[in-house]
Amino acid sequence: MAVPTYASPLERAWHYAYLVICGLIFFFLIAPIVVIIPLSFNAEPYFTFTDRMLEFDPDGYSMRWYDSLLTFGMQRPDAPRDLGWWADAWANAKWVNAAKNSIIIGFFSTILATALGTLAALGLSRPEMPFRRAIMAILISPMIVPLIITATGMFFFYSNPCSVLGWVGLPSNCGRLAGTYVGVILAHATLGIPFVIITVTATLVGFDQSLNRAAASLGANPRTTFFRITMPLILPGVISGALFAFVTSFDEVVAVLFIAGPDQQTIPRQMWNGIREQISPAILAVATLLVVFSIALLTTVELLRRRSERIRGVTPH
Amino acid sequence: MKRLLVLSTALTCFAVAASAQEVNVVSWGGAYEKSQVEAYNKPFTEETGITVNMIAADDPATPLKAQVEAGNVTGDVFDLAMADAIRLCDEGALMEFDPATLNPGADGSPAEEDFVDGSVTDCAVGNIVWGTAIGFDTTKFPDGAPATAADFFDVQKFPGKRGLPKSPKRTLYLALIADGVPAADVYDVLSTPEGVDRAFAKLDTIKNDVVWWEAGAQPMQLLADGEVSMTTAYNGRLFDAMVGEGKPFGVIWDAQYLEINAFVIPKDAPHPEEALKYVNFATDTQRLADQAKYIAYGPARVSSAGLVGLYQDGKTEMAPHMPTSEDAMKTAVIDDPEFWADRDAELSERFNSWLAGN
Amino acid sequence: MANALDPHAAIATVATGETDGTLRTADGKPLARALARSQTRARRRAFLLVLPLLAFIMLTFVVPIGQMLQRSFYNDGFSAHMPQLSQWFADHPRGTDPDDAAWAALAADLSAAAEARTIGIVGTRINYDVPGTRSLFTSTGRKARGGIEPPYREALLEMNDDWASPRLWSAMREASTPLTTNFYLASLDRTRNDAGEIVQVQERQRVYVMLFMRTFWLSLLITALTFILGFPIAHLLATLPMRRSNLLMILVLLPFWTSLLVRTTSWMVLLQQQGVINDILVWLGLIGNGQRLQMIYNQTGTIIAMTHILLPFMILPLYSVMRTINPSYVRAARSLGATSWTAFRRVYFPQTLPGLGAGALLVFILAVGYYITPALVGGSSGQLISNMIAMHMTDTLNWSMAAALASLLLAAVLILYWLYDRLVGIDNLKLG
Repeated sequence: MAVPTYASPLERAWHYAYLVICGLIFFFLIAPIVVIIPLSFNAEPYFTFTDRMLEFDPDGYSMRWYDSLLTFGMQRPDAPRDLGWWADAWANAKWVNAAKNSIIIGFFSTILATALGTLAALGLSRPEMPFRRAIMAILISPMIVPLIITATGMFFFYSNPCSVLGWVGLPSNCGRLAGTYVGVILAHATLGIPFVIITVTATLVGFDQSLNRAAASLGANPRTTFFRITMPLILPGVISGALFAFVTSFDEVVAVLFIAGPDQQTIPRQMWNGIREQISPAILAVATLLVVFSIALLTTVELLRRRSERIRGVTPH
Repeated sequence: MKRLLVLSTALTCFAVAASAQEVNVVSWGGAYEKSQVEAYNKPFTEETGITVNMIAADDPATPLKAQVEAGNVTGDVFDLAMADAIRLCDEGALMEFDPATLNPGADGSPAEEDFVDGSVTDCAVGNIVWGTAIGFDTTKFPDGAPATAADFFDVQKFPGKRGLPKSPKRTLYLALIADGVPAADVYDVLSTPEGVDRAFAKLDTIKNDVVWWEAGAQPMQLLADGEVSMTTAYNGRLFDAMVGEGKPFGVIWDAQYLEINAFVIPKDAPHPEEALKYVNFATDTQRLADQAKYIAYGPARVSSAGLVGLYQDGKTEMAPHMPTSEDAMKTAVIDDPEFWADRDAELSERFNSWLAGN
Repeated sequence: MANALDPHAAIATVATGETDGTLRTADGKPLARALARSQTRARRRAFLLVLPLLAFIMLTFVVPIGQMLQRSFYNDGFSAHMPQLSQWFADHPRGTDPDDAAWAALAADLSAAAEARTIGIVGTRINYDVPGTRSLFTSTGRKARGGIEPPYREALLEMNDDWASPRLWSAMREASTPLTTNFYLASLDRTRNDAGEIVQVQERQRVYVMLFMRTFWLSLLITALTFILGFPIAHLLATLPMRRSNLLMILVLLPFWTSLLVRTTSWMVLLQQQGVINDILVWLGLIGNGQRLQMIYNQTGTIIAMTHILLPFMILPLYSVMRTINPSYVRAARSLGATSWTAFRRVYFPQTLPGLGAGALLVFILAVGYYITPALVGGSSGQLISNMIAMHMTDTLNWSMAAALASLLLAAVLILYWLYDRLVGIDNLKLG
């Protein structure tokens, strides 16, 4: 973002001040994340910079919290670290299983929330949509009700989802969803949907409906129009909606507490486990790993994007 | 999705098929859960062949109530605070059993006599007795350490901030004792409006010096950081910091608040027989004593006290660190579940109103 | 390519050769009817797009929540387990003194409830309205297990003379029908006196109204702060070239991936009196060791931590809207003589409103419902209304009260949503 050539000196000064302000806000965003990285190597079970750490004494640092991510829950944590040990960790370590569950649940609930949410946002942003306000209010309500109420309500419902059929005289018992993956995925999708709705409808405001009509008049069927015209234009909104939905699931603990069974323990559930006694610095190790992982992921995506731009001959602007 | 559905259905079926020989225990997670796994579950599985599934909850009373009301009980044994056990028992949510069927004490005395007062009821069997005691940083008080509840309220003589939990149940008693009420009379005083006023007036004297904590993990962190010089904390956690981690902390047993945790079995538990076997096995004299090896909470049986040995480090005597030791019991306030079942909501409202005012 | 669904196509068709004066489409139908029909079709299509989600939300959210919130006005804890006394209350109007039949009904119900182990449910229900009476029921129940001998009144008063309390009888009358407004009254710091009139509770017991106000005030403040901090960042990200903005975007997304618990803990490490920021300030000599700032365990801490946690929810919607703004509008404004400030205010800013609306809505609503962070870092002023809801769900197990508080919260947010729509005009923001 260069200063335009016609800018006055005052505008230039303001421009640089603006960059400094942005820098400070970025610092505010990132400072708490930076702090946790050294603390995750703390030798003591506290969230404190000890004197030994400040003096860079190697004894003040340790890998014990990273180690505990693997060994906690293993059958034979003290065995020699050969292939069998790693297989044991992969199958039994509680944090490893929690990570697997978080990814499975996050992935499917995001897909569900984004697909249903985007579709609905398309309908909601049409001027002819009936009862728009009332429906919108219903769709975003999962965001408003305090989670603990939602989670308890869902637990009752998921304990016997077919109780609804009983109202119309059908058989009212068909197993349960509480304690299954499907139950947790449905619950998380429900919680993620308002985010998708709000961000996608906001993006669709700037969307010029005549583009769709142009496509239709040129012979495109609605599906082609959607995937070739609408989708690419609203993609940023859809992606940020999906991101919100994924993060909602990835950091959600209350619904998991009620609905998940012992097989569906997720990372946040594992983090809150035992908070009555102690917050283990292992959570800092998890957070650090996630930071490293997401930096790597986002950088890869960016590099791939640049590469494809180069190959397609699009000049980066 | 579909594959997942099939997968989860298959898993559920598998669980049902294998269910004949298992018991689901819902407990509090963390270090406490670990001590139960070591002291109860491992020997239990070894002896009976029944698998124990541990499920962690923030407070097992909430899922228990939800499961009973939804008619979808999945836990067999729940570890509850005694107050909740009594409340849920009165509401008909729990299975009743005859205390005479419990294992007798090591000295042969019948179970009803062997258990600490109030730790066996129609529906609940006590497992541990735990205390909320005052912990302090010894380095902050070189000229003489604090020793009483009154010292906790004396910020002139013992400077530094204080840590207290955000709950009337674990603060009002301390204020009253610091104000000169004998431990035995705390509930009588607290039953009168004047007594409640008196407790709040005493709390007022240190209100500006208090850091309020919410989760049990917080007080030790505050103490380790030097953010507070004294705080109340669960005694097991204090012990961990002092002995397990070698922190320079001291403990004041004066005016500790004693509570009992208990095992209960909900009505319609999926494996009632295994559950009974488990409760009976786990609250056996030796098991309760073994648990003290992993966490500094006192056994709910009198006959277990003599069997409490060394900490898992192999050199620390556990007996003096028990909240049930003679020294610690002198001025202990024992939790009164009936009182709190009656007054908890009312006092919580008053407490939060007081907390928010200036 | 005549598209029958498109109203514009219909308008484009010119009516020809008709003499009765009505406009007609090419295939001879009256234009007004064709238009109405095509609009109906368009409405149906729009509705069909929304339908799958609406059905999904209805099933997975509205029904379960409805069942839960029903508890706020429906509690049969007393009426279901004390049938005879409830019947007596139904037969005798308010103001009737309990007669022998009433005492007999009470005694019979108490013995039956004690036998059935439901006496605790009854006592808990009355204890909500008259604190301290739960033990009255359970202790009487224990003595009444084998049945109570007449005269009932004297027998019960013998066990405990609180049974004569008019307030107790008033509360039992209230509870004798399962429908009640008492939980809503309590949520607004109101109660009923002995005569059944609605009065405010004692001043030192008032807490909920104050907490509602505080919750909304703090949420508003946090929304404003996220806007002030988020707008420049979103603008920078939207105007930088893609390759640089994507790298900076990582900085916005990183805190987002990080668990709430971790970030909250991290703020404690930074802000507490012995924390990193105070240490740095002391080391720089800006403040003395004795003057360390109190930045956490009070409202400041809550505001800082919540603003940080909710900031990405403002930045991302703003960013995705700003990306779609065509920069040539601002350039056109400048070339027509507008100063940069005017061009920003009159041309650029109005185009960002949809994003701002979405971001503000997200942040505000999320802030209203948060309680873990304020509970951990907020100190004495960190209790928000959600904390009380959680307390009633998990500690006091008074789910009716929790449901009443949650219903009020939900209603208040929906009213604000409606006001927001009226004042700001959601039609302008096209949010819904």
